[in-house]
Amino acid sequence: MTPELNLSRDPAHLRHGSNIGQPLSRVDGLAKVTGTARYAADNNPPGLLYAVTAVSSIARGRVVALDVDAAKAHPGVVEVMTPANRPALAGDPDGKPNPFAFRFEALQNDRVRYANQPIALVIAESLEAATEGAALLAPRYEAEPARIGLDAGDAYVPPVVGMGFPAESHHGDVEAALAGSDRQITATYETPAHYHNAMEPHAIVAEWQGDKLVIDTPTQGLVMMRGRLAELFGIAPESILIRSPYLGGGFGGKGFIAGPQILGILAAKLVGRPVKLVVRREQLYGPFGHRSPTRQTLRLGADGAGRLSGIHHHARIATSSFEDFYEAAAHVTHTLYAAEAIATTYDAVRMDTGTPLFVRAPGIAPGSIALESAVDEMAEACGLDPLAFRVKNYAEVEPSTGKPFSSKALRECYTQGAERFGWWERPLKARTMRDKDGFLVGWGMGTATFHALMFAGQARAVIRRDGSGVVESGAHDMGQGAWTAFAQIAADSLALELDQVTFKAGTSDLPDAGIAGGSAHTATVGTAIHNAGAAVIAKLAELATSDQRSPLFGAGNAGVIARNGRLLRRDDEGRGESYADILARAGLDQIEGSGSGVPDPAANEQYAMHSHGAVFAEVKVDPDLGQVRVTRMVGAFAAGRIINPKLVNSQLIGGMIWGISLALHEEAVTDRRTGRIMNANLGEYHVPVNADVPAIEAFTVAEHDPFVNPLGIKGVGEIGITGSAGAVANAVAHATGIRVRRFPVRISDLVRSGH
Amino acid sequence: MNRFDYVKPATVAEAIAAAGAPGAAYLASGTNLLDLMKGNVVRPERLVDITHIKELTRIETSGNGDVRIGALVRNADLAYDASFAKDFPAVAEALLSGASAQLRNAATVGGNLLQRTRCAYFYDTASACNKRAPGSGCDARDGENSQHAVLGWSEACIATNPSDFCVPLAAFDAVVEVEGASGRREVALEALHLLTGTTPDRESVLAPGELIVAIRLPAAARAFAKHARYLKVRERNSYAFAVVSAAAGLVLENGSIQQARLALGGVAAKPWRAHEAEALLAGQPAEHGSFERAAEAALREATPSGDNAYKIPLARQLIVRALQAAMQGTPSRMPALPASPFSAVPGALHDA
Repeated sequence: MTPELNLSRDPAHLRHGSNIGQPLSRVDGLAKVTGTARYAADNNPPGLLYAVTAVSSIARGRVVALDVDAAKAHPGVVEVMTPANRPALAGDPDGKPNPFAFRFEALQNDRVRYANQPIALVIAESLEAATEGAALLAPRYEAEPARIGLDAGDAYVPPVVGMGFPAESHHGDVEAALAGSDRQITATYETPAHYHNAMEPHAIVAEWQGDKLVIDTPTQGLVMMRGRLAELFGIAPESILIRSPYLGGGFGGKGFIAGPQILGILAAKLVGRPVKLVVRREQLYGPFGHRSPTRQTLRLGADGAGRLSGIHHHARIATSSFEDFYEAAAHVTHTLYAAEAIATTYDAVRMDTGTPLFVRAPGIAPGSIALESAVDEMAEACGLDPLAFRVKNYAEVEPSTGKPFSSKALRECYTQGAERFGWWERPLKARTMRDKDGFLVGWGMGTATFHALMFAGQARAVIRRDGSGVVESGAHDMGQGAWTAFAQIAADSLALELDQVTFKAGTSDLPDAGIAGGSAHTATVGTAIHNAGAAVIAKLAELATSDQRSPLFGAGNAGVIARNGRLLRRDDEGRGESYADILARAGLDQIEGSGSGVPDPAANEQYAMHSHGAVFAEVKVDPDLGQVRVTRMVGAFAAGRIINPKLVNSQLIGGMIWGISLALHEEAVTDRRTGRIMNANLGEYHVPVNADVPAIEAFTVAEHDPFVNPLGIKGVGEIGITGSAGAVANAVAHATGIRVRRFPVRISDLVRSGH
Repeated sequence: MNRFDYVKPATVAEAIAAAGAPGAAYLASGTNLLDLMKGNVVRPERLVDITHIKELTRIETSGNGDVRIGALVRNADLAYDASFAKDFPAVAEALLSGASAQLRNAATVGGNLLQRTRCAYFYDTASACNKRAPGSGCDARDGENSQHAVLGWSEACIATNPSDFCVPLAAFDAVVEVEGASGRREVALEALHLLTGTTPDRESVLAPGELIVAIRLPAAARAFAKHARYLKVRERNSYAFAVVSAAAGLVLENGSIQQARLALGGVAAKPWRAHEAEALLAGQPAEHGSFERAAEAALREATPSGDNAYKIPLARQLIVRALQAAMQGTPSRMPALPASPFSAVPGALHDA
């Protein structure tokens, strides 16, 4: 017996889903663990050549000499590509045809604008020959002083931040609110640059088949990438096929095509053979985006009872010298805590780095650790428990807009998370808990939040003569489980079992699935699949109910439901017939429908849409040595309908580990003089290893959201980071009595200096 | 990749002959050397692959009780040799706190002794580095140097030796057996590495072409087996180089210290044996005050070389902790997280 799920707002086709909500294992899991899943770099078309880029070791200036002859003389080297011989592009790498077209370097000139920028490319018969050829180029530069750091230049107010937010937003009079408050605090927090560091480096295998371009490269946005390539190469989108069935992690780093991938395609054109370019780990720290460093100053005011009166969140951020992207670090403050007055402001400096771009939980990850730290500091100033303080300042409506939330089960997250963690045993005073071995123990918490977005996506659904289904959408599996979750939605959309439906994704010739980002992919593509299935079922119902020979004749659309590959009369489920019978009688091989997933503008106008959560962390700190260990974490999340609880649990736990990383580990160490990143490798750019990750419990609380989309999906990809980083930081402060405001927290912050 | 000769000798004699050519380098597992070659940090003209020399893979106990470890014994094999780990627990603990399981399975003990510094400016060929390119300068001196040396450094170089293994070896008087064209000789581990001085490119006393064939732990080091620990402070709880580490061993009698051994890692260009601190401990009661005086003495000469003043009090605290842990006794089984401060309490945090 499967529960009846009313997944559709269309009363004509009530679904009886048996797949949505099931904790299925990944359908691609076996292929991945046995090595048969083919990632981009696994492709080796006949005649393949290997390309390696030479990259700049200066951050600003010009390349004045390259020893092309030496590289070409190296055995196995086929060609060296420099600005002098690089094939022409129809589009300008420094152009801005649309806001999502980010400027890149494809050897358009001799300028260097950041360290690790490609300055030439060597194509050879082997990877080894190309590597050595690149080394033999021995570039000489005319260097100019590098501008590095958040004080690198004159700060200015950016035109917009994030995805078009204003750089200055006021709700109420924050200065008056702060001035009139009983308690005020001001604190400044810093976060460093972060790099995506996906396990799979960016890679491309490019082959020109006449005027047709076939490429294998990991991407989070197949059709968008295709459009960008069409514009850059001056060819029709239909002439380009991009295959990206699996990504070894995306995290925003594979959202947009970057210079090195363009160079791979140009190289294939230059030599007239397929070319593979796999970016070396250290070369990933440059052309593929990163998270801007931030310096955030929060001013909070509260009344005598601990109610927030005003919050001013200011963020200093950085962008590159040649492109505008501004990490919207302060914006989380608009949506989370009730305060009469809220203001967010930004200023920015230009640095000689690659352009900062989207990194998992853009804006909100660094913004959340600062806000959650400041809220804890204010709770402490008010003498209140951090959770009690947050509950006291619970936002019943979105603070800055006054809109009601489409759903918000944050109170349940607080309650259930606190109970599971045992939060209410926490002493108010810092540095008062020790374990039996003398280690300092601290408990901290943070509120998680992430907007429930949708982009635009399409899907196509087919029912074949044998009653089986095919559902197609150019969706992206970054490791999050899209192959599985979408197959579940697809099966339910057609009222079939999972094994009766073939789900196709991962290539650019399928319906546009939009971009896998913003935690919006399941909502977007899931809705498109749901609607495509509904469209096919409607067509099938139309066939049956208008055919006198069908037992469903005269039932009318409103009277038919789909279940287990059959259409049934709603008022008499004993009367029905199979999809196969309907198609056979109509003499059809198959029947097809399409659907799209787009946000509902009316609902978005009316409601604020966010996922929420509450994260609780326990840390132990060595009182003398300052080494920190997270020993326990509990996260309770409300994210609307959960398609696959097993995958969602992994996403949430993964996000919470990113939170640990943000608080305690991650930092791109940049030499201030040269702009070179000194730890551009996975040995020394620290992310948590198993020993840093405790038993983490993540769970979801029930949340029904009838407004976000027909399936009620709100997204879980990024929310796990938010709240978690602050929870760990607050736990460290509670354990030690030391409030560290420059992240990551280091041993040097906590080591005991005296005896 | 640059072109180089590759030879695969079957005996030590053949290896030494093959390495006589200028620009030759011995290759064992290559867990460090191959990375350096890929980064163009070093460009040997000839690799002498010694991994097929069978005689270098044995762990033996000689008549006088010394334990002789062939240079090609894998880190993991030595650490998991039950008899060795029982007699020299701090050495086993240090081995298991280094790198990752995969690297420990590959890396050899001889190679570990000669691993290069992790100073980022040494690896970055665009930076000035007197160790990599003598006379070019030291970009670490005014650079990102929070992890650099606080003892024995010079203006020419502030790099540290990254080895965990070498720290207890220095503490327990290990001896290195070396063979070269002019025959076999022995070098105390403590004397193997050189401080940077004005020639940071010279990292050890080995002559070109000399090969480490074995490491010997003296029978006398067994006296510390009941009270020996290695502790390592790091910015994440595994797979990270030491910010500071310490090996400590005690021989106790009625609460009094008969003998003490103490060495530090992560603070200097060599594993730093703290002789003065050891002398101060001998004859003293095994208690906090004695440990603090020893720690004070061990760091008396320390000075920051950059943004790393915190390492000095950190090293002091760690010495006290390591001596306390040694006093409390060697854990009956290896902690799940070897050398972690969170495993300092014997038995208590086995699964910490």
